[in-house]
Amino acid sequence: MKKVMVEHLKYRYPGTEKLALDDVSFEVEEGELIGIVGRNLSGKSTLAQAIVGLVPHFYRGAYGGKVIVDGIEVLHSTVSDISRKAGIVFQNPFTQVTGSKLTVYEEVAFGLENLGVPRSEMMERIDEALTLLGIYDFRHANPFDLSGGQMQRMAIASIIAMRPEVIILDEPTSQLDPQGTEEVFLAVQRLSREGMTVLLIEHKLEKVARYADKVLWLDEGKVMAYDSPSKVFSRDDLEEHGLAAPIYTQICKALKLKSPDGETYPVTLEGAYEVLKRWN
Amino acid sequence: MELIRVEEVSFAYLPGKLVLDRVTLRFDHRSTAIIGQNGAGKTTLVKLMKGLLKPFDGEILIGDLSVKKVTAASLAKRIGLVFQNPNDQIFKGNVLEEVMFGLLNIGVEREEARVRAIRALEMVELEGKRDMNPHDLSLSQKKLVSIAAVVAMDPEIIIFDEPTIAQDHAGKERIKEIIRYLDEKGKMVMTIIHDMDFVAECFERTVVMNRGRVLLDGPTREVFSREEVLKEAYLELPTVAQLSKRLGLSETFLTPKEFIAHLEGRIKG
Ligand SMILES: Nc1ncnc2c1ncn2[C@@H]1O[C@H](COP(=O)(O)OP(=O)(O)OP(=O)(O)O)[C@@H](O)[C@H]1O
Ligand SMILES: Nc1ncnc2c1ncn2[C@@H]1O[C@H](COP(=O)(O)OP(=O)(O)OP(=O)(O)O)[C@@H](O)[C@H]1O
Ligand SMILES: [Mg+2]
Ligand SMILES: [Mg+2]
Repeated sequence: MKKVMVEHLKYRYPGTEKLALDDVSFEVEEGELIGIVGRNLSGKSTLAQAIVGLVPHFYRGAYGGKVIVDGIEVLHSTVSDISRKAGIVFQNPFTQVTGSKLTVYEEVAFGLENLGVPRSEMMERIDEALTLLGIYDFRHANPFDLSGGQMQRMAIASIIAMRPEVIILDEPTSQLDPQGTEEVFLAVQRLSREGMTVLLIEHKLEKVARYADKVLWLDEGKVMAYDSPSKVFSRDDLEEHGLAAPIYTQICKALKLKSPDGETYPVTLEGAYEVLKRWN
Repeated sequence: MELIRVEEVSFAYLPGKLVLDRVTLRFDHRSTAIIGQNGAGKTTLVKLMKGLLKPFDGEILIGDLSVKKVTAASLAKRIGLVFQNPNDQIFKGNVLEEVMFGLLNIGVEREEARVRAIRALEMVELEGKRDMNPHDLSLSQKKLVSIAAVVAMDPEIIIFDEPTIAQDHAGKERIKEIIRYLDEKGKMVMTIIHDMDFVAECFERTVVMNRGRVLLDGPTREVFSREEVLKEAYLELPTVAQLSKRLGLSETFLTPKEFIAHLEGRIKG
């Protein structure tokens, strides 16, 4: 089943001249994990906001085309209706914090209260999300007393606890330590295998290559590619459009060693290992 | 010469919860990365150096100045800190004024402040945005504006707290260049960062923090040869080092360039 359908989406913010999204089309199947990549200002966050309806309902501006999330058309639904289907973790965790809650626990509870989740289930889900993100010990802390990475973990926990059908994470690991980053990728991979549809905006291409089913590459508001990580990251025009291939790919490319398919280059640790091991 | 001495420093935000526990560190001119898990106390440590927090035990010296005994203004000429969250650092309604703000504060004449601010904005390639409201910039641009604001002040010691947040490939390369440039100019550059590839490429020395203490400290290559210790601090090896380890090589490679050169040798040989 198609969970997200974007058809010829065009969008311009009010008071600007350039299209932030320019004829974007793609479809996501239920349970897929999609990595969204592209240089700064390429339109990634705007696309994320278009899926949860903040574009155009909050930002206004000029809008054309269609976004359908779990069967409902974003343009003709309210942000609150869409939020029952799709949750977003914002790029800057500081903007995610409500500012009105005194503890991390209440902060994570906030979204669940809005959904009307029964109290006992709520407690279970909060504990689970806080544990998953490694901040259970900080449940009584004030959200603004957290370190940067802890705050980002809280922002992710708040949305995961809501168990949306579709989850969009906008650079969720930008302030996480390496193990925390790996844990978040593993967690979203597990959620996607359990049926959640995941869209993940990320600059860490080694991780995207390892975990994403497909990569959506945006540049100047346009779709450059929507394909498997190995196809997208083997392209020759990445640099020209401000992207550096995963380091594994850069190394194999420099050594002119392709994957066994003879077409693409390795994009992961294991892929690179396979083609390099005979030189050892 | 020792530029910074952190002597047996302890700190807690809340009674009974030590965030730094008798930390002792000496810094010379070498570019230094501070790495460690979320909540390890990295940001707290650099805020103490900058005099924004007061240690409840121990002492910090910047050159011969004890941080305890001097005003924030006199420290500002010696030590600059780019905050983890750029929103904490932005006060002004326009980008140029924002970058001039710190300069004016340390008594630089308006005209000179303007020239220096523009030069710093050119360095981060945001000169064209000088009349914009910083709050309308994207996160990556805000971060670059706060970098420009600190570099413009030309302090001896420059500390970056996670400078690469939200940066794409080009932004990261630009920040690498800035760090190299400052290093060559004789500045002491200290950087808190979670990107191990960046650490491997840019810093001579690496300090690993864990639960309020220094777990490991040494030349970057040596630090990255201690995988067991890194794991304990929730860290990992740089990507090339992971690959060389997977291939069973005993050397610790730090950059793709080094590693490619090594393999080219084998493939040709
Ligand atoms: N609130 C806004 N008002 C006006 N223009 C905006 C707004 N937000 C984004 N834009 C513009 O829309 C375009 C796409 O920006 P967007 O934030 O979606 O890019 P991005 O790929 O998420 O970038 P980054 O990697 O820096 O987060 C850019 O030209 C940007 O300047
Ligand atoms: N204002 C505060 N009040 C109470 N506790 C705080 C405050 N600021 C930080 N802490 C706590 O102090 C510890 C160290 O925080 P610090 O910000 O120094 O960590 P960090 O190493 O910079 O982490 P990160 O990598 O996530 O930025 C954390 O456990 C954090 O929750
Ligand atoms: Mg963005
Ligand atoms: Mg920090």
